[in-house]
Order: sequence, then structure tokens, then C-alpha cells
Amino acid sequence: MRASTDLLVVGAGPAGMAAATLAAELGLVVEIVDDSITPGGQVYRTAPPGLPARDSSPDSRKGDALRRALAGTGARFHGATRIWFAAPGFTVAGVGPQGPVTWSPRAILAASGTTERVMPVPGVTLPGVVGLAGATILLKTHQALPGTRTVVAGAGPLLIAVAAGIIKGGGSVAAIVDHASRGDWLSRLPALLSRTDLLRQGMDWLRLIRRARVPYFRRHGVRRVHGEDAVTAVEIAPVDADGAMRADAAGRRVDCDALAIGHGLVPATELTRLLGAAHDYDQSAGGWIPRLGADQQTSVEGLFAAGDGTGISGADAAVLEGRLAALDAARHLGRLGEAAFEQRARTLRRDLARARRFGAAMGSLMALRDGLAAQVTPDTVVCRCEDITRAEIDEAAAAGVRTLNQLKSAIRCGMGPCQGRMCGEAAATLIAGASGSDRKAVGQWTARAPIRPVQLADLVATYDYDDIPKPPPAPA
Amino acid sequence: MKRIEGAARPTTVHITVDGRQVVAFEGECLAVALAAAGHRHLRDSPQRGTPRGAFCMMGVCQECLVTCDDVKVTSCSTPVRDGMRITLGRAP
Repeated sequence: MRASTDLLVVGAGPAGMAAATLAAELGLVVEIVDDSITPGGQVYRTAPPGLPARDSSPDSRKGDALRRALAGTGARFHGATRIWFAAPGFTVAGVGPQGPVTWSPRAILAASGTTERVMPVPGVTLPGVVGLAGATILLKTHQALPGTRTVVAGAGPLLIAVAAGIIKGGGSVAAIVDHASRGDWLSRLPALLSRTDLLRQGMDWLRLIRRARVPYFRRHGVRRVHGEDAVTAVEIAPVDADGAMRADAAGRRVDCDALAIGHGLVPATELTRLLGAAHDYDQSAGGWIPRLGADQQTSVEGLFAAGDGTGISGADAAVLEGRLAALDAARHLGRLGEAAFEQRARTLRRDLARARRFGAAMGSLMALRDGLAAQVTPDTVVCRCEDITRAEIDEAAAAGVRTLNQLKSAIRCGMGPCQGRMCGEAAATLIAGASGSDRKAVGQWTARAPIRPVQLADLVATYDYDDIPKPPPAPA
Repeated sequence: MKRIEGAARPTTVHITVDGRQVVAFEGECLAVALAAAGHRHLRDSPQRGTPRGAFCMMGVCQECLVTCDDVKVTSCSTPVRDGMRITLGRAP
């Protein structure tokens, strides 16, 4: 039991790294935990230990700077450690390379980032289909391409980043299939102009894509993935402004051996939900987000949150939110007076407003479109873990299911090892549609420990037979 | 999945997949090493028995579970080490 921790930061992406660094500089005893072996999060991931670092880029330099700053403080990093339990008060339990770890921190900062929304279509479970965010990890971290010939489909800036990454890596992009129209992109231009460095990077990617003569289908989506044992082709079709695919529209077949598909990022809120914080549904922010006070504290005293897990606004905003959360936590723990807090917070809040403007413009391209569920046919597997189709969800809705939790109880949708992270968005949207309500009414899954799969052997690793209290045997 | 050519992978190692020896690289992503050896179909889904492979690449979806030295691991978040014994979760 690590009892002396002031602040436990969960997640070592941009928000977590920046928060832990500043909190440690302010004199707090800080520990920071992440699933990955090294700090960085999804956006600033490093090459795995044993493999050389990839070429330097603006992104990798930002990540390296944050990592260096963190390493220069007294904050203690726990890599390859999964948090599976948390209770108010606070008690937090994880499993790391040395076995179970338990903390009882005075405050917690949730910097959990996001998961990816992939609205399913028939065949999306075939090997060779990867998430769009997954494709960025393949390219950036694992120096691998999704396939020999990849279709890149879905919504948001990741489409261009992934397609360009594949071309740079010597692969072939069979097509880009974008839900957005040219107008959708152009309407974000004023916000993009606030960050000419990122705009320039985007233009470079587009130039690369154009030079490779990649067919670009705007306002289109993937209707079906073909293949027996793995993907061999996809069928694409037009969508309307709401993202809805018309069943009668003529489709087009594109041969490929891989599909990278994603429809935006969703804030990961397992930890804040497990700890009982209040959440609100905000479609443009990515979905359910913890309700924050004036700065970064949730409705639970001593529980702070920062980064994309509080609404999608990108890595630059996440760093500033992390710092603001660190100040907020230091004030809460009596390390920082009100006047000092206000003085430092003022500058951060101003920079944050600017960073969020860019992030929100990109985020809104990835927000859930109301018609997206139209592509989910009755035979489509929605819940991958339990193999549950849309037809089964519709049947449950017709029988009276109105919330995600009722759906889970009724047909086990969301009950498998991914804990509803992959199917939650689709399932909630389908129930809302079928029952004529909205995502707010459908609610979220109740978070329950273990929030990540853990081996039973890992949890009992510290016990011997002799450690178990045993009553004396009864007299003969 | 396909390794990017020219990316540095200094140390060659050997792992076994369902008893057969496979050449891989120290530290690389296990899911990439398996795909490079022709194994994209890593397991069958428990209810309908449909083919599944690495999908989210961030340790969330659990589709890339394989047995590594008698323990279930997500192959997308497991670095390759010399001598790993991998069993796929496919019906024989």
C-alpha cells in the first residue's frame, strides 16, 4: 500500500505528463500510471524498448519535451500498469510488471484520454480491419502498415494523417472514404488558421495524397466489408449530411486487403464514473464527459480530470488542462494559496481558450452524426465480445429496453471483456433511435471494477497459504 | 498488417506459433509479428465462431487475445521476446 501519495495521475498522455510534472514541481508527492511501458499516451507514443526511435517530427519533439520534463521531476512513473479498481476516499488498485499495486492518494487526476468510435457495418469484425486510431499506432509506433492496399474510411483529421502515413511508409491507399464534404472541412478553416503550423502539416499530407493519386470519396461511407477469413474488398456508398447511408443508393466495390475505419474519438470516463462523478452528455465534445467546476475538479472532491477524457480538444489543449488541473489539485491540497493559484491560472485559461478553438474545430469533424446508425444492418455484429447483432438490440428495444444498463441485463450486450468500450456508442445510438429518445436518456454503462481485464493470478500474487487467516481446528 | 521496409529492427529472434517456429524481431509488436508470419486471423469469436484479429491496437477491444507462455495476452500491446510460445485461439 502506497499511503504517502498526494496526487495519483491516471494516464500518461499529454494531459497526465504535464499535470504530473507541474504538480511535482509544486512540491506534491506525485505518482503517475499508464498502460504503456513509457509515458506518451496515444499521440506521443515512443518506439517500444529495444527498437530505435522513429524519425524526429514536430509531434515526436513535443512528446520528447514532455517526457524529459516529467523525468526531471520527482514524480514516479509506473509503466505497463493497468488500473482496475478505484473507490471514493480514495483507494486505487492496479496491476503492474511487479504484480498488484494499491494506492491511497489524497487526490486523483483522471487523464484517461479517449477510445475510438467505430460504427459497425457488416463484416467489420473480419481480420484486416483496424480502427483509424489503431492505424496511427501501427504507423507511428510499430512501423507497420495496416496492409498492402488499404482503404481509409470514416471521419475527421485522422483520415488524412493515416493515408499520408501509409504512403510515406511505402504502402498503397486504395481509397479515402470521408463522411465529411469539402464544405465541412472549409467551414473549419478559420479555426485552423489559428494554428498555421498544424495547418501546414495538413496541407503537406494532402499534397502527398494527391501526388499518389489516391481516389478521395467525399460524403461517402463503407457499407459492407467483404471477405471470408480476412478482408478482400469493401463496398462504399454515398451518405447524407447527417452521415446516414441510403440503402437504395448505388454502391461501388473497392478491392483491398485492409480497412482502417473510425468515426471519431469518445472520452474515456470509466474512472470518473467508477468514482461516482456527475457526467453530462455533450455530442460536440465527443459524448459523455465529467462535469467540471470552475477549473478541473469533478463533482467528487479531490477528483480532478483533464485532457481529451473531458471533451475532445486535442493534445495542445490537453497539456494546458493538465497544468490547470495540477494547480487546482495543489490548491485543494493546501500547497498553493488562492492568490498564487489565480495568478498562474489566468495565463493558462487564456492559452487554453485558444488551443481549444483549434481542437474543437477538429473534434467537431469527429462528432457523432445523427444518421450514422443507418449503416448498421440487422445482421451486423454490434457487440464484438458477445457476438450480438443489431437485430437482437432492436428486438430488446421493442420489448421495452430504454437504457444501456437494461440492454446489458437483457441480452449481455456490453458485458464482455472490452466492457462495452467498443459497442457502447453504437448500442446507445440504436436504442435512442428505436425508442424515440436521446443519448442522454439512454445513459451510460454503470462502471464496475475490474474496469480493465486482469488475471486472477496477478491479484492473488502477494498471498501465500500461510497468509490466509484460519480458525483453529475443532476439538476431536 | 505489414512491416514498413527499411525501418530498423536490429535483433532477430525466434518464437513458436502453434508449435511452428517463426522469425520475428525483438521488441516489435506481437500482433505485427504474427501478421507477418501469415496469422491475421488470431482467434474465433466465442459465440458465433467468426474470425477475429487485431482491431483497436490499444489494448481495449480484446480481439487480438492469444495465449503466450500459458497466459492470455493482447498481442497488440505485447512486445516480442525470444522464445515466446504462442497459441492462437482458433478452432482446429
